[in-house]
Amino acid sequence: MIDAVEKEPSIYHIPSNKEDEGMGLCAGAFMGGKRPAIIMQNTAIGVTVNTLVTLTQFYRMPLPMLISYRGELKEPVACQVEMAVHTKALLNLLNIPTYHFHKSGDEEELDAILKYTFMCNKPVAILTDATFWGGY
Amino acid sequence: MVRSEIIRDIAPILRDQLVVCNIGLPSQELHMIDDQASNFYMLGTMGLSSSIGLGLALAQDKTVISIDGDGSVLTNFGTLPTIANNVADNFILLIVDNGSYGSTGDQPTYAGQKTSLAAVAKACGCETVIECQAEETGAVLKAAIESQKMTVIVSKCESGNIKVPVITKDPAVIRDRFMTEVARRNA
Repeated sequence: MIDAVEKEPSIYHIPSNKEDEGMGLCAGAFMGGKRPAIIMQNTAIGVTVNTLVTLTQFYRMPLPMLISYRGELKEPVACQVEMAVHTKALLNLLNIPTYHFHKSGDEEELDAILKYTFMCNKPVAILTDATFWGGY
Repeated sequence: MVRSEIIRDIAPILRDQLVVCNIGLPSQELHMIDDQASNFYMLGTMGLSSSIGLGLALAQDKTVISIDGDGSVLTNFGTLPTIANNVADNFILLIVDNGSYGSTGDQPTYAGQKTSLAAVAKACGCETVIECQAEETGAVLKAAIESQKMTVIVSKCESGNIKVPVITKDPAVIRDRFMTEVARRNA
């Protein structure tokens, strides 16, 4: 995924050190006329609640979040499950529209999800689990 | 010199640039002293002024000044390597370093003690880092804009606050007004 993003000339990729920083970069890019998106892990939902609420949602900015959904089936690391069990609950609590790519082919909805995100100016979550992206 | 005096001093310089202003009192002071469509006021999200500013600078051509504080940079230290490694020569990070968390009651920060933010910025790879005294901020800022080189300015000042009204503008209005101005200046 990161390799594909790096190779694509129409995408400017900035690795960030923490996910809330990445969301700040996305907010600035959006106000500069670009279509930003963030790639992160579901553990970052715990890190970014304040930013999602007081920046992205409060200022009504679009933000597609392409999320590696750790802690689901095939997960080898028990600690990842601890955040997985809260992931959908937190997204639901934050009123963040959430899509879940579980099987190959689910990604066909990506274009429609992106259009939806930039139509409604909201953060939108796309959870992709190990069954979708091929295990560990 | 306290932060609000610096903002009053540099307001005529800021007016011609795109400004992302830090949460709390800095935004309230700038809003009271010289409200402009080219100002983006942060109403929340401590720490992200530099990230929003860098994202904006990389996305368009006009000069962007992020007004940040020592406490806010300390809370988002990860921003400095990101700035250093994604050079935008239209980006200036102005850290108003009063050695305290001003908006919450002037509790001391480590930047007012052993930690030098200018040294940290340099260690992170930022190439042009200037530490100055509060009184020099305007001249240093002007030179940084003219240099068209990405610059981190650490302006050392006294801690202290003035009475300012909170910003009651709706965030969507602040954002829309700012984006319209960004587009207009880039047209």
